[in-house]
Amino acid sequence: MGIVYQPTKALLDVPTHYCPGCTHGIIHKLVGEVIEELGILDKTIGVASVGCSVLAYNYFACDMFQAAHGRAPAVATGIKRGNPDKVVFTYQGDGDLIAIGTGEVVHAAARGENISTIFVNNCIYGMTGGQMAPTTLEGQITETSPYGRDLKTQGYPIRVSEMISTLDGATYVERVSVDNIANLTKAKKAIKKAFNNSIKGLGYSFIEVLSTCPTNWGLSPQDSLKWLRENMIPYYPLGVKKDTNKEDK
Amino acid sequence: MGEKFLMKGNEAIAEAAIRAGCKCFFGYPITPQTELIAYMAKNMKKANGVFLQAESEIAAINMVYGCGGTGVRCMTSSSSPGISLMTEGISYLAAAEVPCLIVDVVRCGPGLGGIQPAQSDYLFLNKGLGHGDFNLPVYAPASIQEMIDLISEAFDVSDLYRTPVMIMADGMLGQMMEGIEFKENKKRDLPEKTWAANGLGKRNKHNIINSLELNPEKLEELNLKLQEKYKIIKENEVKYELYNCENSCDLILVSFGITARICKSVISLAKEDGINLGLIRPITTWPFPNEAFIKTLGKSKNGYLSVEMNCGQMVEDIKLAVNGKEEVRFYGRTGGIVPTVDEIYQYVKSIIGGM
Repeated sequence: MGIVYQPTKALLDVPTHYCPGCTHGIIHKLVGEVIEELGILDKTIGVASVGCSVLAYNYFACDMFQAAHGRAPAVATGIKRGNPDKVVFTYQGDGDLIAIGTGEVVHAAARGENISTIFVNNCIYGMTGGQMAPTTLEGQITETSPYGRDLKTQGYPIRVSEMISTLDGATYVERVSVDNIANLTKAKKAIKKAFNNSIKGLGYSFIEVLSTCPTNWGLSPQDSLKWLRENMIPYYPLGVKKDTNKEDK
Repeated sequence: MGEKFLMKGNEAIAEAAIRAGCKCFFGYPITPQTELIAYMAKNMKKANGVFLQAESEIAAINMVYGCGGTGVRCMTSSSSPGISLMTEGISYLAAAEVPCLIVDVVRCGPGLGGIQPAQSDYLFLNKGLGHGDFNLPVYAPASIQEMIDLISEAFDVSDLYRTPVMIMADGMLGQMMEGIEFKENKKRDLPEKTWAANGLGKRNKHNIINSLELNPEKLEELNLKLQEKYKIIKENEVKYELYNCENSCDLILVSFGITARICKSVISLAKEDGINLGLIRPITTWPFPNEAFIKTLGKSKNGYLSVEMNCGQMVEDIKLAVNGKEEVRFYGRTGGIVPTVDEIYQYVKSIIGGM
């Protein structure tokens, strides 16, 4: 009998620090499989951000950077401009990407940098212990919105994919989820397309992955997936927000 | 003799950097250094390099972190308020040991301050360029020629020690024009950048550019390793000029950058009146040339006079160097005002008894 399944070579065989039930592990695996399947492990450079995925550089087998909070798209820009033949991606959470790093992601997209961003949105700051993020939903209870996010005083959650898709430099924007097998397959396809765009030099690709945080949501892993489906997907609808290279499919 | 050029300081820095093999420039417009990025915009392309105008100084320094971390020779430039914004990134560069060149064409602060020349970033650049225990070599040229001579030297030092390196210019050096010559500087033997995260290629272990270490014992070890490196830099990379300090004199001036040049005119003027002045000119302000003070202790009848375009930021370094053995005085102008030869000379005379 042949091999049915084996871990991807693009991830190192080390234990991760992620909480039980967190979907970062799955998303890492999808990115890793894409890197391996495209045969680009030797020329991929990843940029980890600040947040739960801060230690991602210990897990990916390709060369890695650890960037300051929010700055991953600028770091990736520097890497790519100095090394146009390399495949460069950032891996960022919601606090990193759309609070402190809003400027960097918007301008990397506007410049049409030939990089990919994997944006992991779980509606909360995970690493610092569950504070309100720019993507925290209305009424959602966090450490810094203990009475539930109040739109009047704490503003509205940001639909980042929709926002990025308005920028001409962004070539491909899709929001995916990893809450079930069908969505997982779609997520992997999206990530692969993003990396392919980078290889072909087609511009900036942005994949938003809806993710869970059982620890800080105070839910079991299973209930977290249910919460994602019932609360996140209605506000953050899945699907392709922009694809300027459709004929390329 | 090579070809002579008449060039503005900011443009000369850019040209010197391109000639020194700088492949990528990331920057953001700010007066009084903007000609530097404009020159890069025009000429990097011709040199098959990269020019990119970032959306902020914060982005620019992080682009440098990314680019430098792959082993590509790169730089950024700014002026004081912009360097303030870069400090987060500079701390990361120092911690992750990423080589690069940063140019600060200093203007007067604090705050938005003004756009005229100043040396009021002295303490900032030399003592506190970001959070954590780190320093970086800071060069303080006194002429455009010296400034461009220091560019390739600074790049080499940054590669040799894996550290960001700073050129501390000022609005005057950036804006004025002088006749210059681009010299072939002595190149150093530089180690191969085996640490660069530029793609695995044939390597079997990934390289990581990183400043995070959550284990206190390991982080202490990394910090001590940095300190060890700084010790070697202090031993090997100090630069200074001793001018007219061979014999005993009435007063020794201490000055860096453009004010040091003004001080040389003061020395000539004083000589006509029979007043003998010396000058210590730090070329590196970090590491500070303590040695220059040890060499001159006891030579001056009236100790040392620091002349700066700020409110006396270098005085404490001089006091540490002379260790209470001599008097240290200060004369300076601030707000963007460049002190004149006459006003410095008047102050000198007030110290040594108005001969």
